[in-house]
Amino acid sequence: MMTGYILSAILISAVVTFAMRGLVFVFFDEDKEPPLWLERLGNVLPAAIMGVLVVYCLRSIRDDFTGTGLPGIIAAVVTGLLYKWKHNTFLSIILGTAVYMLLIRL
Amino acid sequence: MKNTLKTAFIKSVPILFSYVFLGMGYGILMEEAGLQWYYCLLIGLVVYTGAFQFVLTELLVSGASLLTIGVTALFMNSRQLFYSLSFVKDFNKMGKAKPYMIHSLTDETYAVNNMLSFPEEEKRRIMFPLAIMCQCYWCAGGVLGCLIGKLIPFSTEGIDFCMTALFVTILTEQWEKARNHVPAIAGIGVSLICLFIFGTDFFLLPSLLIVSAILIVHNSREGGGK
Repeated sequence: MMTGYILSAILISAVVTFAMRGLVFVFFDEDKEPPLWLERLGNVLPAAIMGVLVVYCLRSIRDDFTGTGLPGIIAAVVTGLLYKWKHNTFLSIILGTAVYMLLIRL
Repeated sequence: MKNTLKTAFIKSVPILFSYVFLGMGYGILMEEAGLQWYYCLLIGLVVYTGAFQFVLTELLVSGASLLTIGVTALFMNSRQLFYSLSFVKDFNKMGKAKPYMIHSLTDETYAVNNMLSFPEEEKRRIMFPLAIMCQCYWCAGGVLGCLIGKLIPFSTEGIDFCMTALFVTILTEQWEKARNHVPAIAGIGVSLICLFIFGTDFFLLPSLLIVSAILIVHNSREGGGK
């Protein structure tokens, strides 16, 4: 691979990614606050986005249900229940991941 | 100051696990693609976005055009646009740290920042060192994976599930704290439907757009708020 190509690709990726993250701030700053409906949306989005992200992480349920989909769902349920029970983030993540790694090897 | 750093570190530990493991997975992928550790470091520093970095490696290997790379970055990272919405006020009050806060907004930092239940000022003081720590974990994981990934004696396949597990714990915690479960249910329901309609590669953006539309309507009926 050419160094120039790699560096250009990295530069483009960096610029586009930063632009996506910063676009909202072009429209709203200290002087111009976002309208109420947008602010309210920002308040409720975290819960919704976390749901979307969990589904995104488990997206293989569509095309590879028995291989990684079902193990993913089981491990996610284990992680969630464990968290509900002990409220310990590390424990939930480590055991949940261990369950997943075990299940995909069965 | 010392207390702020300590709190930031404690709050960053869940990300420490998932970023070091995921970063190592990324480093191993980069090494297999024939890309050196300094590229891992550079990309981790200036691009810093988990999922797209994995895809970028594949694009580089296949010699994809710069246009393809740019467009893929645009679509994969368009979700960050939604993340910014939740932090417009906070970031705007963070002065010189603002550009870095924008740059360091990832799935994981977004999630953890949302879980910080401190008074406004204190929260913002914690967010900046927290963001720096997280990026260090990510870069360290990538470089480590690139340099020593091959030495790990067992198969690490599936270790990337720690990212899923992190999101599940946050979803569970948010669920327990929230009085209104419509956002969480809408997020899960809409993305599941979109997954089956649009397929694994294209469902993220339509999901976010539809969920946002539903929540805007829901807010206007409910009178907004959490």
